[in-house]
Amino acid sequence: MPPHGNKRVGLFVTCLVDLIRPSVGFAAAKLLEDAGCTVEVPRQSCCGQPAFNSGDRATTRAIAEQVIDAFAIYDYVVAPSGSCAGMLRTHYPELFRDDPNWMPRVDAFCAKTFELLSFLVDVLGVSRVDARFEGTVTYHDSCSGLRELGVRIQPRRLLGTVQGLTIKEMQDAETCCGFGGTFCVKYPDVSNAIVAKKAANVISSEADTLLAGDLGCLMNMAGKLQRDGKAVEVRHVAEVLAGMTDEPAIGMPESGGAEAKP
Amino acid sequence: MSHVATSPRFKDNARAALADADLQASLKFVEVNFIARRREAADRLPEFEALRDAARDIKDHTLAHLDLYLEAYEARVTASGGQVHYAATAEDARQIVLQICRRLGARTVTKGKSMIGEELAINDFLEANDIRPIETDLGEYIIQLRGEIPSHIIAPAVHLTKAQIEADFRRVHTHLPADRNLVEPTTLLAEARGVLREKFLAADVGITGANFLVAETGTSIIVTNEGNGDLTQTLPKAHIVLASIEKMVPTLEDVSTLLRVLARSATGQEMSVYTTLSTGPRRADDPDGPGEYHVVILDNGRSAMLGGSFQEMLRCIRCGACMNHCPVYHAVGGHAYGWVYPGPMGAVLTPSLIGVDKAGHLPNASTFCGRCEEVCPVRIPLPRMMRSWREREFERHLSPATVRSGLAFWALFARRPRLYGWATGIAARMLALFGRAKGRFGWLPLASGWTRYRDFPSPQGATFQQQWRTRRKRSSDR
Repeated sequence: MPPHGNKRVGLFVTCLVDLIRPSVGFAAAKLLEDAGCTVEVPRQSCCGQPAFNSGDRATTRAIAEQVIDAFAIYDYVVAPSGSCAGMLRTHYPELFRDDPNWMPRVDAFCAKTFELLSFLVDVLGVSRVDARFEGTVTYHDSCSGLRELGVRIQPRRLLGTVQGLTIKEMQDAETCCGFGGTFCVKYPDVSNAIVAKKAANVISSEADTLLAGDLGCLMNMAGKLQRDGKAVEVRHVAEVLAGMTDEPAIGMPESGGAEAKP
Repeated sequence: MSHVATSPRFKDNARAALADADLQASLKFVEVNFIARRREAADRLPEFEALRDAARDIKDHTLAHLDLYLEAYEARVTASGGQVHYAATAEDARQIVLQICRRLGARTVTKGKSMIGEELAINDFLEANDIRPIETDLGEYIIQLRGEIPSHIIAPAVHLTKAQIEADFRRVHTHLPADRNLVEPTTLLAEARGVLREKFLAADVGITGANFLVAETGTSIIVTNEGNGDLTQTLPKAHIVLASIEKMVPTLEDVSTLLRVLARSATGQEMSVYTTLSTGPRRADDPDGPGEYHVVILDNGRSAMLGGSFQEMLRCIRCGACMNHCPVYHAVGGHAYGWVYPGPMGAVLTPSLIGVDKAGHLPNASTFCGRCEEVCPVRIPLPRMMRSWREREFERHLSPATVRSGLAFWALFARRPRLYGWATGIAARMLALFGRAKGRFGWLPLASGWTRYRDFPSPQGATFQQQWRTRRKRSSDR
């Protein structure tokens, strides 16, 4: 990969990708490198959203300071998640509003922070990917990416250039999947009712693969589909765009693994 | 005498709602129809987004000068022969209404739809004082028959199926032939009309709400689709308007801007069927109208919201779009929220009015999907304000101990990336060891909220950061 571009990107990998599905991080890195970026991964934990949405501002602020410092040296900060990128870009300023010492740094940080797909398409001008995926996919618009960052057309545009891939839109693709971070464990019954509707729409689309840009939503939807015995495969959109679909889909056994469910 | 809030039992309410087949069938209507109709109405009007900005600005301006507009409004009402009564609390408002009714020797009161009336639980109060309140809005009439409160701020009986309503009519309207046909919705409407017609004529006092109070003219305005409000307020001896301080709008021109976003956001109509302006009592040469005109302006905690984190909530024009687009409302309906105001606007307003200690679940029971803010005609940042309530709860140690200790434990690591990397590295490998072959877990300790309904995917192995560093090291060693 010729690192001819002078764009130095700090990858904010997100805590869920880091822990549960590193292949999404590698797919994101490949897409960025293919687009001419140099990708680096500074030591990191989480964007702080669990604390932020639980009302713990002090902890959130401490985490935010640490993230802003860790990524200060990069030209861009890119996250394969609308939720985390939304936290970094639109919510961090709320934590520093009355702090003139921090605000210039926070503003600079926000201005260079992007969700992966909008960075590729809107900032780098990527218009096609070199990937192949045989199958029919449906795409769920995760809420924060859609409503805080305007991520909607970008993933679909790039998916349209994947060879062998057909997109089938589901009903209510823009309706929440019921994940909501800690919401899904604080109000499991309500969350389950919401994700059940989403799962029904996924099934009705007759797509064999469900894609989205946020691992939290994907884990929620995959977990529900699999609990109900549905065969739909669930993946992060970056895996398909990078042509890196060798890893089993979310929640699926390793190929030739122990599972032999009907 | 306010409605007893069941908001502290939100979780139980939600579970019951999810198991209620009639309710679930009814909620489908909200989810499908309200959303589509608003979308179509908004798409038909190129200036709709600009109108939302204008509507927001009108309300912000009014709230910034609310004292001046209230005074101007009161002066205009007085000049037109009406009377303004300020009520600091719900009890003050109830007593004001009761004194007017007693002075006029009122035995029955007709009522147009009023959420302030619900906030006062005025029906229960009047009945306890031997005055019979009769709801004249069809939805309100139905839930009055059932002894319920509204489940939606513009469609109070939206939680009911037609079959349930038919059964209620047969149970209550025993003077009508038992074999009558009530299959079509129009037959239900006609029956309610017939029953209510006599009540309109017999009523001593008519109570309505107000969508707007106009400072420029001293006018109160209601928008309805049934015309019941007009009969309620013109036929009796006195018309009492129940309103709250944030209904104030400077001019009729401002009202026309707000009306252009109100019905479109609410039902997808360009205008409601009736927009009724009332200014003072009947004048000497008027052919009809009430002999007295009273406006009760309720505070009940609202003035304390001015100048604080929740002031923007006072922009609300009660269109219901936030609940119409809310996945949580779609799942559990309005009654689960446990007090007068459901959905996202209720999740922000209710803690202000009855205390976050009672209503704490409401701002927490949100996925923060943001769709409410996306459709709010006056652009209220509802998710941000729900988060503000969570911050208050956290500061006051009202959030559950398990949440607080879990968060503190997590923060211990999240604030120290090196320690975090070490701990998650071990956790990922351990989980992968047990889960990798099957790909997922059907049960995990401390995660029953998740695994009760969903499987949990196994980590792939080492964390991304571990793998990344190993790979980079390898390629630089090469």
